[in-house]
Amino acid sequence: MNPAPSAVLSFQEVTFGYGASVVIDRLTLAVPRGQVLAIMGGSGVGKTTLLRLMAGLVTPQSGRVEAFGQALSVKDRQALYAARRRMGLLFQFGALFTDLSCFENVAFPLREHCTLPESMIRDLVLLKLESVGLRGAAALMPSQISGGMARRVALARAIALDPELILYDEPFAGLDPISLGVTARLIRRLNDALGASSVVVTHDVAETFLIADQVAVLAPTPTGARLVAMGTPAALQASDDPYLRQFLKGEEQGPVAFHYPAPDIAQAFDLNGTPSGH
Amino acid sequence: MADRLAMLGQWALNRLSALGSFVLLFFSLLSLMGQVLRRGRLIAAQTHFLGNHSLAIILVSGLFVGLVLGLQGYYTLRRYGSEEALGLLVALSLVRELGPVVTALLFAGRAGTALTAEIGLMKAGEQLSAMEAMAVDPLSRVLGPRLIGGALAMPILAILFSAVGVFGGWLIGVGMIGVDPGAFWSQMSEGVDFWDDVVNGIVKSVVFGLVVTQVALYMGYASKPTPEGVSRATTLTVVVGSLSVLGLDFILTALMFGGL
Amino acid sequence: MQRPVTIWVGLFLVLGLVGLLFLALKASNLTSMATGQTYAVTALFDDIGGLKPRAAVRSAGVLVGRVRDIGFDDSRYQAIVTIDLNRGIQFPKDSSAQILTSGLLGEKYIGLQPGADEVMLKDNDRIQMTQSAVVLENLISQFLYNRDSASPSPATPAPASDGLAPPGLK
Repeated sequence: MNPAPSAVLSFQEVTFGYGASVVIDRLTLAVPRGQVLAIMGGSGVGKTTLLRLMAGLVTPQSGRVEAFGQALSVKDRQALYAARRRMGLLFQFGALFTDLSCFENVAFPLREHCTLPESMIRDLVLLKLESVGLRGAAALMPSQISGGMARRVALARAIALDPELILYDEPFAGLDPISLGVTARLIRRLNDALGASSVVVTHDVAETFLIADQVAVLAPTPTGARLVAMGTPAALQASDDPYLRQFLKGEEQGPVAFHYPAPDIAQAFDLNGTPSGH
Repeated sequence: MADRLAMLGQWALNRLSALGSFVLLFFSLLSLMGQVLRRGRLIAAQTHFLGNHSLAIILVSGLFVGLVLGLQGYYTLRRYGSEEALGLLVALSLVRELGPVVTALLFAGRAGTALTAEIGLMKAGEQLSAMEAMAVDPLSRVLGPRLIGGALAMPILAILFSAVGVFGGWLIGVGMIGVDPGAFWSQMSEGVDFWDDVVNGIVKSVVFGLVVTQVALYMGYASKPTPEGVSRATTLTVVVGSLSVLGLDFILTALMFGGL
Repeated sequence: MQRPVTIWVGLFLVLGLVGLLFLALKASNLTSMATGQTYAVTALFDDIGGLKPRAAVRSAGVLVGRVRDIGFDDSRYQAIVTIDLNRGIQFPKDSSAQILTSGLLGEKYIGLQPGADEVMLKDNDRIQMTQSAVVLENLISQFLYNRDSASPSPATPAPASDGLAPPGLK
């Protein structure tokens, strides 16, 4: 019942779904402290939902999500907000506030949660922007910077309060090779520099395996997503589970079918013989 | 046939559910008022956005409505030999009804849709979730100040509408048609009661401001995070907002002026 | 972005205030009411016609007060009208109150005719002499009765007007 003391966040038999359909089925998972955990799986398996459960943005139908030793529940808003102040969440497209400049975006959590003199806020914000390489863009508006840059500014915002746990939603999606490498190294560097733990939700195998300490793989089943593997990158590479092999190698044949279920092809193209007369 | 009934029932249930969420959102915002009122700068920014930016349309519309009232009122009153009551007619129509109602309708169209689109797009871009994830309540920081801004801006806009409208009526009546200015103003100032007419009109516009702003905020907040969703939400803001204003106007008028 | 915004908002509020002052002072009765300390007197009428609260009370054609309230006395079956009179103006205790019609649209108002008493009406006093509104149907039926009977009609209570003359003319 008690999570291992080395877990900064844990899922215990968590089930989540919308209405009748189950998205996540009795998931048990622990995020080890001080490490980078990658959560991988095919598109639509529920990885983003997992992150939202971790941040307490949605509540599980059953089971328990614990962060920093305390259960996350919508009922106790104070505790929820206290836990969130120790986390940073990076959304897939940054989710910067479009009416504020990059500087003001990063300063936002500082202004909301601390009473600091303006000079200190300025220093902190510029430091955070410097760590993601965008101190020069401080005065720009989100509409004036590229998508990749916006994501980095959002990262600076996510670490503004020096969180103990950083959650990344598909940080590599749509990035060019240079940005991919930069982002991956940034995630690793920040994790170690802040002494924090990180959870990276992604399906980019190559970059992730370079920086992750642990990898968890989710597979879709008719009754929701299930954890099929959890271990070091090396251990997963060596495994001979058919789903893992298909996923890691990107093969077409395997447990996950290429074709979406459809009626028999002979019928669809009328190959069965009766001349249709046109 | 059973299908149609089922659809109707489903539609009705959806409307009820929406109404419930709407009221719940309103009460959530009310309960957060203590926190919201401390965000003075945000409230000022919203009052500016909702009020100052609507000034142009309100003032121009007020002038035109006043001009028309002057014209129509004159021709009708002349039949009873009561042209001198023109000032009274124009002022009462504006202060009691047209000021609050027309301003609210214009407000719903201009400021309401802007609010809905803004909130809807913020929701679609996950800005509201990001705020929530940073332990900042979007209700308190985004929606609350906008509600107060709207409730502040509306009565001021309505007053300005009425004032400009009276001026418009004077322009046509006294300026162009030649109604006696003395009678125009004296009948007006005798017949318009400050507390029963002007203040009641202001009360109406505060109520309208709250309702229209709340409708706009709710539609944006509950919109589907897609382009179609936001577009539909802005249309609903105008439709629902306008109909609510007209319905409430009837109720308020009956309550306030029924006794007389 | 901060200071200019608050300046504009301040300007907006001031504009609203100016509009409100205009409506209050020029377009409504606030100034004439504001000069008003008033005192209340009551009067009983058999028929108030279409008299409404806030109707004018005039003497010699000048506005001297307003009707505050109209009620029904169910022991005497008469209308009991409460009038607020401007404090600066005093009327003798035997003044009479009459319900008259103003203009073609038929707005009813109360006309006060001063009496000769040396004692003045005080707060919460009652005006004893009253004359009800002229009801058109009664007038017509009286006219018909007079015509039919072809005899001098009983004196109708001395009307200062027949209900159609503008205020102030006798």
